[in-house]
Amino acid sequence: MQKMMTIISNVLRGSASRNAASAVVLSRSYADFTPEATFDIKKVDIYRLEEGPPLTSTLTREDGLKYYRTMQTIRRMELKADQLYKQKIIRGFCHLYDGQEACAVGIEGGITLSDHLITAYRAHGYTLTRGGTVREIMAELTGRRGGIAKGKGGSMHMYTKNFYGGNGIVGAQVPLGAGVALACKYLGTDQLCVSLYGDGAANQGQIFETYNMASLWKLPIIFICENNQYGMGTSVERAAASTDYYMRGHYIPGLRVDGMDVLCVREATKFAADHCRSGKGPILMELQTYRYHGHSMSDPGVSYRTREEIQEVRSKSDPISMLKDRMLSNNMASVEELKEIDIAVRKEIEDAAQFATTDPEPPLDDLCSHIYANEKPFEVRGATPWTKLTSHS
Amino acid sequence: MLVPLRPPTDSTNHYTFGLIGDDVIVPLFLCRSLTTAMAAVARLLFRVTGSKASTAHVNSGAPGVLGTSLLSLSPKCSSKLQTQKKHASHFTYHPDPVPTMYGPTTKMNLFQSVTSALDNTLGSDPTAVIFGEDVAFGGVFRCTVGLRDKYGKDRIFNTPLCEQGIVGFGIGAAAAGATAIAEIQFADYIYPAFDQIVNEAAKYRYRSGNLFDCGNLTIRAPWGCVGHGSLYHSQSPEAFFAHCPGIKIVIPRGPVQCKGLLLSCIEDHNPCIFFEPKILYRAAVEQVPTEAYTIPLSQAEVLQEGSDVTLIAWGTQVHVLKEVVNMAQEKLGVSCELIDLQTILPWDTETVCKSVAKTGRLLISHEAPVTGGFAAEISSTVQEECFLNLEAPIARVCGCQEVDQLLISIYSAPRSNLSEDFTANRSYYFPSHCPYLEK
Repeated sequence: MQKMMTIISNVLRGSASRNAASAVVLSRSYADFTPEATFDIKKVDIYRLEEGPPLTSTLTREDGLKYYRTMQTIRRMELKADQLYKQKIIRGFCHLYDGQEACAVGIEGGITLSDHLITAYRAHGYTLTRGGTVREIMAELTGRRGGIAKGKGGSMHMYTKNFYGGNGIVGAQVPLGAGVALACKYLGTDQLCVSLYGDGAANQGQIFETYNMASLWKLPIIFICENNQYGMGTSVERAAASTDYYMRGHYIPGLRVDGMDVLCVREATKFAADHCRSGKGPILMELQTYRYHGHSMSDPGVSYRTREEIQEVRSKSDPISMLKDRMLSNNMASVEELKEIDIAVRKEIEDAAQFATTDPEPPLDDLCSHIYANEKPFEVRGATPWTKLTSHS
Repeated sequence: MLVPLRPPTDSTNHYTFGLIGDDVIVPLFLCRSLTTAMAAVARLLFRVTGSKASTAHVNSGAPGVLGTSLLSLSPKCSSKLQTQKKHASHFTYHPDPVPTMYGPTTKMNLFQSVTSALDNTLGSDPTAVIFGEDVAFGGVFRCTVGLRDKYGKDRIFNTPLCEQGIVGFGIGAAAAGATAIAEIQFADYIYPAFDQIVNEAAKYRYRSGNLFDCGNLTIRAPWGCVGHGSLYHSQSPEAFFAHCPGIKIVIPRGPVQCKGLLLSCIEDHNPCIFFEPKILYRAAVEQVPTEAYTIPLSQAEVLQEGSDVTLIAWGTQVHVLKEVVNMAQEKLGVSCELIDLQTILPWDTETVCKSVAKTGRLLISHEAPVTGGFAAEISSTVQEECFLNLEAPIARVCGCQEVDQLLISIYSAPRSNLSEDFTANRSYYFPSHCPYLEK
């Protein structure tokens, strides 16, 4: 019944699935809105490059609404996860992505779904942009069988097609990304791999090993350092001898991009993708961004930075507000329209949260499943010699 | 076949049966926690030994006294997953008695006892330095709170996020003469440093013919299940390092032991890895001496004397077994000898073997997965040394074979509430062709 009502109201409102732009049926007609506009974007700092991405970006109304909706979905989803965590419905660890939405959405805008992406543990946003649904993501957070990893992974281990997670160990995902890039090159597809890591991870040895391998073999990999200024509780100045993360690839060309502006990120990603696809080898992008929450749910986020700082970023550089202002001031959307999207997103999140709290947990049979590849079910010893569990693959 | 979890009910089913040739009447029961360890103890005691007549009787299976009572009283299981999960990681912390031989004491929990030990070290040793991720503000577990203010930022400093670098750097500092105390934020992250520990630190003295060594190095890491830690905040990697000669591995069970053992590790002229059970950081509170004191390494401690079975554990699991000891005494009339191993490498074979020679039965329990876990090493050595003393196979109650930590914390940690269907399991100890029963 509920579902019927939702469908009917959706049809009446004219809005379709989460990713499509709404073909709006409102008080204004189509002709009133500007179909596309060109915006000036911040100049990108370049390293070992002749020229950088363009200084302007053209945004269509359709794309604008799509980006708005996706960013708003990520934002609301993270806030809902915060709420559920505090209610102890989500347990374990939870690293929230709000504030950094422009990165995930912008990157996806510059690549296609057939390209590959791998990131660290702050992965909810990427799971969504890479094809996951909010329902699956939230159910994974609560550890239910409807989750995207069948409830066995949790917050840090979410995967979809061409999205390799979701990785807990800091820095370990970057060499993996190089391997994926090698596969792309080897198989002759035109695909590339985007390998993300944070400012804290940038000091891990394996990242430099990966730079070397990627450069040596000219792998189609875009290294992206999401610099949100703090590695857990340590500010970048206290952790890194050089905070110019885009230059730390040394022999790898680099870009430093404003990560709070979705258009900036998109243009830079497009530029980087072209660089890779033309066979020039790896490229490194630093996205300067900011997270509003602490490192994880057990970090209040204010012991190493001031509330004023967070407030300042929120008021001056919030990615969603920036896009909204741009679209409204260029008559690309109306306030009501955006509000409608907000309401739809809120509803979607509520439904997903409802599903995530009511879905049953994975069956006990799953406890030992998928340890090894497809083999006949075998016995696994439990805590004692006579407790036997079965492993299915 | 998977066995469902048992609801936590207070109702106990008493099973009465007699072992032929034995006057013991033992009630078997299923209680809400510690079922696994308890049942393991029970089984060791029911191990049929002695006369051929008795064994033949049991061997014939179901019609025997043992068989019928077990069959008829097979409990009905209903799984109530939600309630089970809340109690799955339950254990009670048993504090040590107040130590009197080390001077005045004050109330401390585990992380405070670590701070106290480090404070004593920094105060008495001017070459001591502490470094690791986030140690400057006090550490993610508050183990180094206040030290930077007291001793200065050149003695307690943060490192960037690079475990391999931290340990390598620590080895160098130690080799040059500094008392280097490195912190790895979670034992789960120690693997990038594995090469440095095993290939560099452990072998330094040997390969330089005693010319150089990094004995001044101590590596500290939070260790073990914490209930919500999942794959990468719950691991117990002591078994990986136990395979490496040249280092020492120490795991305390409480604040008093922690401070003493940590100070011993720091003083010891060998590189030491000190794992601190993270679930005990706040939960374990004891009266701990404020002055420096040491507890000798490689000496296991007999916490409780007993005559029927030897139980061995280390870290958090010691407290689970303490409950088992009490329960076994009350419900089964079984007298258990409990040993805290304390030092994993080099471990105290003498105390353990002496104990097993006395009791004839051994049960080892640890959180880490069973395959290749340290219990396997103890088991192997004990069967070598005490073969003729053993009355029953050595039992290991450990983390599930091959299942990773996410699930260990909830379901497969040995203190979790795994239920057992006794009827299905009795064949483990009474198989139709059992070499032990053939004399």
